[in-house]
Amino acid sequence: MSDLNRIDQIVAGYQSTQSPLIYILKDVQKEFGHLSEPVLTRVAEATRIPLSEIYGVATFYSLFTTKPKGQHIVRCCNNAPCWVNGSKDVLEKIKEYLEIETGETTEDGSFTLEFTSCLGLCAVAPVMMVDEQVYGNLTPEKAVAILRDFKTKGSANA
Amino acid sequence: MKSISVTIDGTRITVPEGTTVLDAAKKAQIKIPTLCYHPDLPPVSACRLCVVEIAGDRLLRTACSWQCRDGMEISTKSALVRDSRKMALELLLSRHPMKCTECVRNGSCELQDVADLLGIRENPFEYRERKGELDLSSASIVRDPSKCILCRRCIQTCEMVQSVSAIGLEGRGYDVWVDTPFGKGIADTPCVSCGQCIDRCPVGALYETSHVDRVWRALDNPQKHVVIQTAPAVRVAISEEFGLEPGKLTTKQMVAGLKRLGFDRVFDTNFTADLTIIEEGHELLGRLKKGGKLPMLTSCSPGWINFIEHFFPELLPHVSSCKSPQQMFGALAKTYYAQKFGIDPKDVFSVSMMPCTAKKYEADRPEMNASGYQDVDAVLTTREVAVMMKQIGIDLPNMHEEEYDDPLGVSTGAAVIFGNTGGVMEAALRTVYEVVTEKPLDDIEITAVRGMEGIREAEIDLAGTKVKAAVANGLYNARQLLDKIVAGTADYHFIEIMACPGGCIGGGGQPIPTSQEIRAKRTEAIYTEDRAYELRKSHENPAVQLLYKEFLGEPNGHKAHELLHTHYTAKSQYQPDSAA
Ligand code: FES
Repeated sequence: MSDLNRIDQIVAGYQSTQSPLIYILKDVQKEFGHLSEPVLTRVAEATRIPLSEIYGVATFYSLFTTKPKGQHIVRCCNNAPCWVNGSKDVLEKIKEYLEIETGETTEDGSFTLEFTSCLGLCAVAPVMMVDEQVYGNLTPEKAVAILRDFKTKGSANA
Repeated sequence: MKSISVTIDGTRITVPEGTTVLDAAKKAQIKIPTLCYHPDLPPVSACRLCVVEIAGDRLLRTACSWQCRDGMEISTKSALVRDSRKMALELLLSRHPMKCTECVRNGSCELQDVADLLGIRENPFEYRERKGELDLSSASIVRDPSKCILCRRCIQTCEMVQSVSAIGLEGRGYDVWVDTPFGKGIADTPCVSCGQCIDRCPVGALYETSHVDRVWRALDNPQKHVVIQTAPAVRVAISEEFGLEPGKLTTKQMVAGLKRLGFDRVFDTNFTADLTIIEEGHELLGRLKKGGKLPMLTSCSPGWINFIEHFFPELLPHVSSCKSPQQMFGALAKTYYAQKFGIDPKDVFSVSMMPCTAKKYEADRPEMNASGYQDVDAVLTTREVAVMMKQIGIDLPNMHEEEYDDPLGVSTGAAVIFGNTGGVMEAALRTVYEVVTEKPLDDIEITAVRGMEGIREAEIDLAGTKVKAAVANGLYNARQLLDKIVAGTADYHFIEIMACPGGCIGGGGQPIPTSQEIRAKRTEAIYTEDRAYELRKSHENPAVQLLYKEFLGEPNGHKAHELLHTHYTAKSQYQPDSAA
């Protein structure tokens, strides 16, 4: 993990920015992977913003996380258009394949499964996102194949 | 200010520009239900119970925050308004456990009141539990998020009134909840235990850690000699728990009630308030003479002590080393009093009745054992004493009158004003002036330090030496003064700080609700009580004089230091348990 002193540098970089907290948290998360207690405490010390307020912001935005996440983030759309096109079956299959519930991370730390709101791609529903990449016209089998692909790529990298 | 006129439900009224619809309606004798609104705090409009319809407006508006405009036509009773309010309330109720008979706020709950007002008889929505866990980590405050209705008053109070920000709103949407960072419990935050959040909570999501059972057990134990001390501010407020108007004094009935509860002696914290003045006054004079750390800061308010330990540890040398009156009393009850009356100190059970929740934390401090025992064994808030009295059928307003017991029940008017912001300062000046000038003070009511403003200043001439004093109430205001000291721009000699708005009369253990109006009435009652005393200067208290003669020796002397003075601990605001 990076050195906590990095946080002071990040905060210093936003000295002239108005309401810099979200930018700071974004950079800090990029650097540290997630917003842990020691990390946010240091942000509070450096910004002089109360920890309760920072924690509130960190838990408000779904792209911030206070817990460690998997190497890949799988986000399944849970809005109506995807739902009527079978996203429920896709989700069930993914859960079965990864052996986790939504909001959890696989034991080997390779995947975290989450919900997302509409991604604006209802024409190709049901949809999921893996990291920055979007996949449409899913079937349960297709979804699993994509994840399997990530797994082999991931271990190839490791 | 410009006047404007509006029509509310057909009634035309004139109000100053900037008036909210809620206040305008009040003026027109129309009651609009509210839940998240509190007169001490800016409106957040979270509950939507106060919605009204405004002619020409597409949306319903929240009366607590919406300002009147000239010619506005407001309906507070249309079908749309009634339906919306009802649904907003039903949704809130669907996430409330409805275990009213098991709740501390049964009978004083704003959610109950509003449900009654709106005539709720059933709820079409299914119950869904709220997120968050019961938090029993603090010595003073219990948090039960399952009852929370997300009005945010506690968060606002902690941030805006006290500048502590121990709790915040976490998550979002349907699953939002009030919590401490990382859900670690209130003891792991810089919470100062003042209990102002309890006072602002409309429901039972926040309440004091109860010592009622502890006290009943001691009262039931024939082995124990149970004494109680009552703080200045409780006597002007307990009557509210029995339905009387705020500001109604029932001191002697309260003493009789406490005796009926079974306390062996009913003593007065006022006795040690007088003692505090002697000790603190001499400490101040010592610092002035010997060039000690100035300004000297008072130390009576335990919420304030918690605040400075967490947020300004570098200023701790400024704080008077005097224990608070509660702790001085505790130390004396198990030494001086026990010796004088031949009671084994281990059999003395020392209870205090306080307007304060931080006093529970203070009594539990490990260093508070100068007597060889924990000096104070239990702390009851004004509310808890009322509960105990009601449990055995005491109806305070109809009680007979009784006097405090000797000798720790003897006091002066200077002690009773400790309950008000500015009171400790005034009491100290009454004594310090006479000690220094050796002349009687002409006008003992030092009104310059009285009042409700957040920060007040005064200058007193002590035989040629000008003493510059400041008074702050509420920790947000205290912080302003402390920032000045840090910046080196505070040229005061003596500063009084009380953690709660209005001082102890507005404490977190006092009857709920408290508002600016109620605080003003309690304040006035304190001054009335002061005027009724024959002796109104602490150094004239004969029992305190005897205490020095028989037991303590000199003010600030060796024995006094051992029993009546303390030290403070620098703490971090992030890892409150570990010393900084
Ligand atoms: S009282 Fe106005 S929105 Fe809650």
